Amino acid sequence: MVIAPPQGVTTTERPVKLGVAGLRIRYGEQTALEGVTLDVYEHEIFGVIGPANAGKTSFLKAINRMDMFNTDMHVEGQITFNGLDTRKVRNVYGLRRRIGVVFPLPVGLPLSVYDNVALSPRLRGEKNRAELDVIVERCLRRAALWDEVKDRLDTLGSMLSGGQQQRLTIARALSQDPELLMLDEFSIAVDPVTTMRIEDVLKELRQEVTIILVTNLVQQARRLADRTAFFLDGRCVEVGVTEDLFTGEVQDQRTRDYVDGRFG
Amino acid sequence: MFEATQLNRRNETTQKLFRLALGGMTGILILPVILILGTLIWKGAPVISFEFLFTGPTKGMTAGGIFPALLGTILLVLVALLASVPLGVAAAIYLSEYAPNNWFTRAINLAIINLAGVPSIVHALFGVGAFVIFFKFGTSILAASLTLAIMTLPVVIVATRESLQAVPEAFREACWNMGATRWQTIRRVVLPNAVTGILTGVILEVSRTAGETAPIMFTGAAFFLPLLPQSVFDQTMALSLHLFVVSTQVPNMPEQLPYGVALVLISLVLLMNSLSIALRMYLRGKKKW
Ligand SMILES: Nc1ncnc2c1ncn2[C@@H]1O[C@H](COP(=O)(O)OP(=O)(O)O)[C@@H](O)[C@H]1O
Ligand SMILES: [Mg+2]
Repeated sequence: MVIAPPQGVTTTERPVKLGVAGLRIRYGEQTALEGVTLDVYEHEIFGVIGPANAGKTSFLKAINRMDMFNTDMHVEGQITFNGLDTRKVRNVYGLRRRIGVVFPLPVGLPLSVYDNVALSPRLRGEKNRAELDVIVERCLRRAALWDEVKDRLDTLGSMLSGGQQQRLTIARALSQDPELLMLDEFSIAVDPVTTMRIEDVLKELRQEVTIILVTNLVQQARRLADRTAFFLDGRCVEVGVTEDLFTGEVQDQRTRDYVDGRFG
Repeated sequence: MFEATQLNRRNETTQKLFRLALGGMTGILILPVILILGTLIWKGAPVISFEFLFTGPTKGMTAGGIFPALLGTILLVLVALLASVPLGVAAAIYLSEYAPNNWFTRAINLAIINLAGVPSIVHALFGVGAFVIFFKFGTSILAASLTLAIMTLPVVIVATRESLQAVPEAFREACWNMGATRWQTIRRVVLPNAVTGILTGVILEVSRTAGETAPIMFTGAAFFLPLLPQSVFDQTMALSLHLFVVSTQVPNMPEQLPYGVALVLISLVLLMNSLSIALRMYLRGKKKW
């Protein structure tokens, strides 16, 4: 039986935020991910699930053009952001600024809470303290962290608890005013309560930004993602409406097995 | 059921033996240090006085103090620091943060390691050729300090590179992901977290050159000068050379005096070392991750 290649769901006419076509990523001679063709629509939460080493993190790195900092990493195929080829944008730093990234383990930069969130505006050249104050408060509020840290903005970010640090990195990503927010297994080092809080934050953010949610918890994808892609062993097995994947309307048996927890 | 078997007992004996042997070796190691310091203090301390530290030599250097030499050594090290730190730190930043990992970079790294192994007398001759003659600085503080600077460049580079590489890669990646350029990342995140390590490492390494004699002997240090240097283009006296002179070159030298000079020299180096170690410990306590 021949299975149709994974394609973006075409039932809606929504504008495409991120277009991926024929993506292939390799490190040296070793291919980490290939054959990825999909679209991410504006203002959706796009889930990516799959076991370890499926190529999920590499996928995010390619979108953010991090191959520029790793001479081993090679990206082929096309990725468009707002219709522009990310390989050809003149200002790749400007591209990265519009894409916020949250890592599996919170990377609290060795700066105060305030400076962590103010870093991105400062990189853009913002010096006005009042302006920065506004941005810092707004981002910390949106990340549901403001109430907990408003009295100690001067303490080091690394002095916060793990869950607070992860929300701090979300606030930092938001301070970029991103159009696209990419989260890579954000709940790995976070307790369940904080995970739920962050999930609520993401549901709110969906109104304003597009979100790519790489997750190791399939149920998290089910709770949040509008559509979900399943990566396995360096390939994109399929892309579909999340609810379809979870109710068994899949094109590939392996997707059902993974979603049902039969391997992975 | 917990009785020791023969094998247990044998292991126990071996372990005790080795412990004794290794401890003994360590004891032998520190013996010379204790002997040297002990002799210096024993014989040199009586000479040390305010006059000794803050007046110049008199009576053909057989009496009086060592102030011009002490000042000279401090000057030489300071100017050497001023020259080697910016250059060495810049090179280390390039090598650690920018340079691609290819054969050329590896060749440079190899060259730096080898440069650290070049004998100081060779540096001295290079200093004469380059700074005294070619750049026409003459025998001067400047020429001597630059020679010292070239000599310390490899260790400055290595110390700086180690401090830079101690900053976790995740910080850089987080910063790049936000759209920061390499330089913005270095300036905002890497350097602020490496600077204390760089400073203390560099002071530690460069202060060791206070004891060097060969590199300054032909490039700027003089046996005896009646006047203090007025600018970096003057020659200067220096503790290390002065020690050499008073121990071997001057007849009728009071026995204690060279010990006094040596004690001051070694104290100066130890003082700078302990300062930078103290600074390092203090700052490490405040480390931010
Ligand atoms: N920097 C790298 N250098 C070499 N190989 C890498 C690198 N990063 C990831 N890989 C390889 O690429 C494959 C996919 O990894 P990754 O994208 O991290 O998967 P995932 O995030 O789904 O666990 C793995 O086989 C991994 O070993
Ligand atoms: Mg990963």
